Amino acid sequence: MSVIVNVDSLSHRYGERQALSNLNLTVPDGQIFAILGPNGGGKTTFFRLISTLMPIQSGRIQVANLDVSSQTHLVRQRIGVVFQSPSLDKKLTVAENLRHQAALYGIRGKLLRDREAELMRSLGITDRANERTEKLSGGLRRRVELAKGLLHHPQLLILDEPSTGLDPGVRADLWSYLGKLRNEAGVTILFTTHLLEEAERADRIAIFHQGCLVANDSPENLRASVGGDSIQIECAEPQQLGESIAAQFGLQPQVIDSTVRLEAPDGHRLVSELMQQFGKRIHAIRLGKPSLEDVFISKTGHHFWE
Amino acid sequence: MPSSYPTGQLAIASPWRVAVQLAKREIVRFFRQRNRVVGAVGQPVLFWLLFGTGLNQSFQMQGQSFSEYYVPGTIVLILLFTAIFSTISIIEDRNEGFLQSVLVAPIPTWSMVLGKVLGGTLIALIQAILFLALSLLLVSKISVMGIAISVVYMTLIAVGLTCLGFVLAWKLDSTQGFHAIMGVLLMPMWLLSGAFFPVPDVQTQLTMGEKILRTVMLLNPTTYAVAGLRRVFVEQSNAWMPSVALCWTVTITFGAIMFASATAIARTRTAGDLK
Repeated sequence: MSVIVNVDSLSHRYGERQALSNLNLTVPDGQIFAILGPNGGGKTTFFRLISTLMPIQSGRIQVANLDVSSQTHLVRQRIGVVFQSPSLDKKLTVAENLRHQAALYGIRGKLLRDREAELMRSLGITDRANERTEKLSGGLRRRVELAKGLLHHPQLLILDEPSTGLDPGVRADLWSYLGKLRNEAGVTILFTTHLLEEAERADRIAIFHQGCLVANDSPENLRASVGGDSIQIECAEPQQLGESIAAQFGLQPQVIDSTVRLEAPDGHRLVSELMQQFGKRIHAIRLGKPSLEDVFISKTGHHFWE
Repeated sequence: MPSSYPTGQLAIASPWRVAVQLAKREIVRFFRQRNRVVGAVGQPVLFWLLFGTGLNQSFQMQGQSFSEYYVPGTIVLILLFTAIFSTISIIEDRNEGFLQSVLVAPIPTWSMVLGKVLGGTLIALIQAILFLALSLLLVSKISVMGIAISVVYMTLIAVGLTCLGFVLAWKLDSTQGFHAIMGVLLMPMWLLSGAFFPVPDVQTQLTMGEKILRTVMLLNPTTYAVAGLRRVFVEQSNAWMPSVALCWTVTITFGAIMFASATAIARTRTAGDLK
């Protein structure tokens, strides 16, 4: 499989704070790729570096075999960037915003008219073409942002937290559009997110934690890596309970806050045994197939939400 | 969904075309903000009424009328404030997020700077020309050629000042910061430009204070802007002024240096770019 993004020993610091440390990552061509992590995990820094907003301090990023630091201009022609915060000029209309963006990428004349019409149609904003963007709803604005990012037909579309501020219906529309864009146009879609359910939509997920890459695989493989079922026990004295379980069952429970977490191939049987042994000490017990949160916990020893 | 999506063909943006597009946007935005348009028309009219009809009666300079003396100074005042304040839009662009997509576009930095500067220059020129047109009712002896030269010179002044505004605005994260700059930089720049009172002449005996004042005024680039413009309007003056050649040289050099500085500073990122 060909690779569109190649990240090699990438590190970044803001003063004293290390935001990314020695990151190595490849993004295969033609996939939807999620960068998942809690806030402060380093994904925004990664977004700023790959979108060329900020210069690279150490290490290297290649996009389509072009070096982001030394061939910035060529990289910029090949990537579309959709920011989390709005980037539209509110005083201009939808069509004016698009034409303005087109000028930055040297698109004009018939090519501009064709692409403008095609994108407005496929994103359902044709009837809003002459409205000032300050009058549009959040969902419509995001569509205009997307149209802006796609005008020059990038090979790689980079989105920062694309669902922020969108209601569920609009999110679903956005994802069905991005899916089509991958399937029909072969565009690679790279997005950052702190939402576990959003990362599930990706073909592949890279999990960032404290500036490091802790996992990089398909959602299915990531869940399979947790091993069988996931059991979470809530109790008053998690530390002691964890030790008792370890001693009695030869398992390696993780204790996080007031929860004891276990992974076991045969979850339902273990749950009944645990209830028999420690039923009085347990407030609640949950058995489930591993979620991405379980993956995160098993890789980092931390809750996703902290 | 795109019916065809060829990713291989890359269009190349001409940096000049990009600059024109960015300038066009500045102008469109200007005309869509009614308060800015009202201010732009109102200010020259106000100055004209104040200087032309009010003070003209009570003030006489040797050999020339008050308004002839003050017209160039007032034009520079208008250019100074309008050009520099037009660059507040950088702070707005950054806060509204528009700047982000310009920063990651495949264009050279100078092209973005030029777009901003052209836009600011044009907005400033609109006001200055309006004031000039009104002033023609007061200043009698000016030829068509003189008007043409003064417009060229005003453009050069405005470019330099817009670039200065760009440099000042780039690192600011709020428009409030601009008011401080107005107080400590723009007002003194204008007051010490020869617009309000002439540069002390070396021919006469100068006190220590006058010597310092003269030095400061000669270091002030707007002194040459005012003098250069005044030399277009009045043939003879009793007040000392730098020569035409020096005025044009300083104004053009100042513009070039400020443009280079603006381009250099625009390559840096501020906290506001990384939110």
